[in-house]
Amino acid sequence: MKKSPSSTKRVDPRKNYLATRKAIGYVDRKDAKESDYQRIGFMSGLEVHQQLKTKEKLFCRCPAGVFHSNNNYHAEVIRHMRPTLSELGEYDGTALMEFKTKKEITYRLNNATTCTYEIDDTPPFPINREALEYALEISLLSKLNIVGEVHITRKQYLDGSIPTGFQRTAILGVEGEIQISNKRIGLIQLSIEEDSCREISDIGHKRIYKTDRLGMPLIETVTHPECLTPDELREAAEYIRFLNRSTGKVRTGMGAAREDVNVSCKGGTRIEIKGVSHNRWIPELSHIEAFRQWALLNIRKVLLSRLPDPNSWSATYKEIDPKELGIENETLLAMHEQGYVVVAALLPHFGGLISHFTQPGKCFISELTDRLKVIACIEKPNITSPEDIDAPLSGNDTAILESHLKADENDAIVVFWGPKEDIPTAKDTITERCQMAFEGVPRETRRPLPNGTTLFERVLPGADRMYPDTDSAPIPLANDYIQRLSKNIPTDVAERYKQMKEWNIPADTHSYLLKKNLLPVIESLVNLGLTGRFAGTFLGHRLKFVEGQVPAHPDFSHSRIVDMFKFLAANKLDKSLAKLMLPVVYRHPNMDFESVLTSIGFKRRSKDELLAPVNYLVEKFKEITICNKPTPVTTQNWVMGQLHKQALGNISLSELRNSINKNVEIN
Amino acid sequence: MEDIFQGYKGKALEVLKKFNVRVWGKTIIDTTRGEFRGTVLPRAENDDDQHIVIKVDTGYNVGIDIVTINSMKEVGYSKATYKIPEKEFPYKQGQPMVKLLGTGGTIASRLDYRTGAVIPAFSPGELYGAVPELADICNLSTEKLFAVFSENMGPEQYKALAIAIGKEIENGIDGIIIGHGTDTLSHTAAALTFMVQNPPVPIVLVGSQRSSDRPSSDAALNLIHAAYTAGHSDIAEVMVCMFGPTSDEYGFLHRGTRVRKMHSSYRSTFRTIGNTPLATVSRVNGVKPIIENYNHRRKDRKVNILPYFEEKVTIVYYYPNMQPDIIDSLVDNGYKGIIIAGTGLGHINKPLYPAIRRATEKGVHIYMSVQTLWGYAHMYVYDTGRDLMAAGIIPAENMLPETAYIKLGWALGQTTDREEVKRLMLTPINDEITKKEPYNGYLVYQGGVPEVEEFIRKVRK
Repeated sequence: MKKSPSSTKRVDPRKNYLATRKAIGYVDRKDAKESDYQRIGFMSGLEVHQQLKTKEKLFCRCPAGVFHSNNNYHAEVIRHMRPTLSELGEYDGTALMEFKTKKEITYRLNNATTCTYEIDDTPPFPINREALEYALEISLLSKLNIVGEVHITRKQYLDGSIPTGFQRTAILGVEGEIQISNKRIGLIQLSIEEDSCREISDIGHKRIYKTDRLGMPLIETVTHPECLTPDELREAAEYIRFLNRSTGKVRTGMGAAREDVNVSCKGGTRIEIKGVSHNRWIPELSHIEAFRQWALLNIRKVLLSRLPDPNSWSATYKEIDPKELGIENETLLAMHEQGYVVVAALLPHFGGLISHFTQPGKCFISELTDRLKVIACIEKPNITSPEDIDAPLSGNDTAILESHLKADENDAIVVFWGPKEDIPTAKDTITERCQMAFEGVPRETRRPLPNGTTLFERVLPGADRMYPDTDSAPIPLANDYIQRLSKNIPTDVAERYKQMKEWNIPADTHSYLLKKNLLPVIESLVNLGLTGRFAGTFLGHRLKFVEGQVPAHPDFSHSRIVDMFKFLAANKLDKSLAKLMLPVVYRHPNMDFESVLTSIGFKRRSKDELLAPVNYLVEKFKEITICNKPTPVTTQNWVMGQLHKQALGNISLSELRNSINKNVEIN
Repeated sequence: MEDIFQGYKGKALEVLKKFNVRVWGKTIIDTTRGEFRGTVLPRAENDDDQHIVIKVDTGYNVGIDIVTINSMKEVGYSKATYKIPEKEFPYKQGQPMVKLLGTGGTIASRLDYRTGAVIPAFSPGELYGAVPELADICNLSTEKLFAVFSENMGPEQYKALAIAIGKEIENGIDGIIIGHGTDTLSHTAAALTFMVQNPPVPIVLVGSQRSSDRPSSDAALNLIHAAYTAGHSDIAEVMVCMFGPTSDEYGFLHRGTRVRKMHSSYRSTFRTIGNTPLATVSRVNGVKPIIENYNHRRKDRKVNILPYFEEKVTIVYYYPNMQPDIIDSLVDNGYKGIIIAGTGLGHINKPLYPAIRRATEKGVHIYMSVQTLWGYAHMYVYDTGRDLMAAGIIPAENMLPETAYIKLGWALGQTTDREEVKRLMLTPINDEITKKEPYNGYLVYQGGVPEVEEFIRKVRK
């Protein structure tokens, strides 16, 4: 190609991104009002996953909660997943997509946490009764209708995250509710299930997992999509987390609780953002996802106005040799150089839509690049376009491609590349995603990123992937068993909020106290004669502060704090001493309290002993003060300062103050 | 008439009838534990009569305790139909013709609500729908001979299979696959080795350790390996084709007489005992023989079908303090052949000697195999062994106990002449007795040893 043809009039991708962002009425979350959410019909719900604190896994006797580093393994096993028929006789959409990707899955096994069950070389052992009981307690606490018989069901996962290709899961209760500050949120169901593998890497057609977490008991609480703002959604998530923790029978820490966030906007579809590990991320993620759908609906509108009959739409693909065409783009030249097939695609009627806003910093091309990575297994970067908002093709390259593809300005051009064997799938993927743009929002699960945006993860699976587990028998739940369990469940979280208000505990401590399940500790302290406010503040402020300062000891438990106050009462020591003792007790929970006292330099003194040096100190103050004439108040304050540390625990500070004041006045 | 209460019985059935609710009825159930909505599902026959199973909207199944039910109301009806996606099998010119004979194993399958079990898919179209790779390997046709579980396979089925195989060979087939449950796969493989002698084409028995209703099943890959072997391999013998390692990597081809299921659930459960496997098979490398000396594929259609079996044959697994009445009662019940799986080199205790002598006198044929599985019965080493031989027991060398059982049944199906039976038993047809045991024929590694751990970590299982 000698002479470059001149380019047709093309949109400036960056300007178009900003214009479309404005056109759909995107607002940042910090500026968003309730009316914005009403405008786009924000609707959302949650699937809250919570690991249970059992000793063993759910269907085998391997220990739960023991984790290994990526390279700490004894053996590897390789599997491929094929879609199968579900119970109702249909192949599931996700299943077919996963099969298209033809992934080779490697599992790294460590003998300490893995047996032949995890790797699907032996059938399940009977369900872990401890786990079942914990999960039932939480179901009762969530006011669910408890089933009469538990049926273990297989839920297909072809991504390889479970070596069987399915997760064993069972419903324990349906239709419950929780009470957040302004409304009730309905619960669809609670299920008990086995946790999946942890991913080590996923590159090209190879994915590696480790099996330490696999099979650990997990519960999933699913809400109705009744949260109408991102803040309600977060509140519901917090509530469910507190509820789970109030039993004291769930795991805490990294990955022990994970949320799937379901979001839709008016006219959109339910999108599942999977594995959100921090509740504080929920508002931003759900906000951006609702607007992504809103943007996709705008794209749909534009497309249908250009082409009312989407069935007649098709893309044109041409393999190109960038060098021969005279293309200057370095990425394209390099990809071709290293043996990748480079394909230029003509997408009729998509002109100006490739750079259409979808998420902050992202445009429609992200929808294509994500799917190329996941479905066609082509690592990123895998696509570019004249409309790429980050690194668009130059005007010269665009002109060459337009001429080569015979494109006009209503058409979009994208160029993608990959290994030869992945190109057919890549073409199908692009065509499929573009066709879906005419329908609006494709059903997907998406992966959350810390900045609040999301990536395509998988096609959203349906109920089609469920079928009974032929390896396990149903488990009856008799009435008397359920009744016995309901007698032992902890107080309702909504009830706990009321209690904290009655005790007049500062509101800034509430989340912390519930998150750490400290209400039972406060109750114990109140039973010792402390006020609820003192106990709540001591834990909510002092303990929280100490946790941030002092390394934790594995033996520390909150009952040690109760013991500390018992000790103080028994020894007639003032409770104010607790503040000084706490860092030591927290760090050395096995140290006896007398030694703790020694370590903080405490000495027992009677009131008279404490007050004995007052006269001497008054005189001393006169000598050292830089004020011309010490007043009684400055003197009292200084003496108080000298004595208060010794007094701590021996007499209360107010008593000390009174006695000093009296003495100084007499002087 | 259609059964509208599939699987329900007793009290649960009464409840369904009382509220006029059918299986597949969309139902609202009011209970003392709250309201439940879902589709009533059939109940597995062996489950109790205290619960009704429904599928809720999210796809899960739950059971409702009938004592908690206040009322039920059917508000709709939708019956599920199961169908394996069936596509026409694309026959291609020039590809080998392979016949799949079905016995009841699960290669592709669907679920049966009645028993909660899986029902096999079988027609070429169904199989193609489940395992489309087959079309690139061979032109497949299928015939369902019986539908029995592996543990119910027996002499009748062995004979019918042998005859069917003979007919297929006569009709010019290029290879035969036999779909079979895994529990007694090796018994059938041994029987066919004896009943179908000198075949001109491969005869491949295949099954799966994980039912094909699960995504990680070994069924599809086993079937692909078997189809490749049947269609393309040069080895014209009766073979078992199952996973080599537990990973989805390659399959082993085992001689039908030396193979045994060695783990109750592992995918790599089938092992050749006392020798190496015959070959490996994989999609990438095809069939790679390990043993060089095998029967080659031929163009002719000659085969010797010998469908005989005497059913009054048994295996006695010896244990310390076994009483002679065990042997006596077998003799009194008309048994004509006994395989003893003896301890060590082939031993049983002294008190049994008179019973053995009596059995021999009554014309019972007794052969000694070893319960160690590996190694030969060496009855000359100790006096006791010589005494036993004097009492009439014949050592079966290194024939596996199950193979010896099958072979004795087959031999006695043809003759009761002592010498002739002995000749049949001790003349190997295809390595059921080998002249020697190679050094790599006995490999049961133990974990924990550094070099084994290294092997496991580096060379995948």
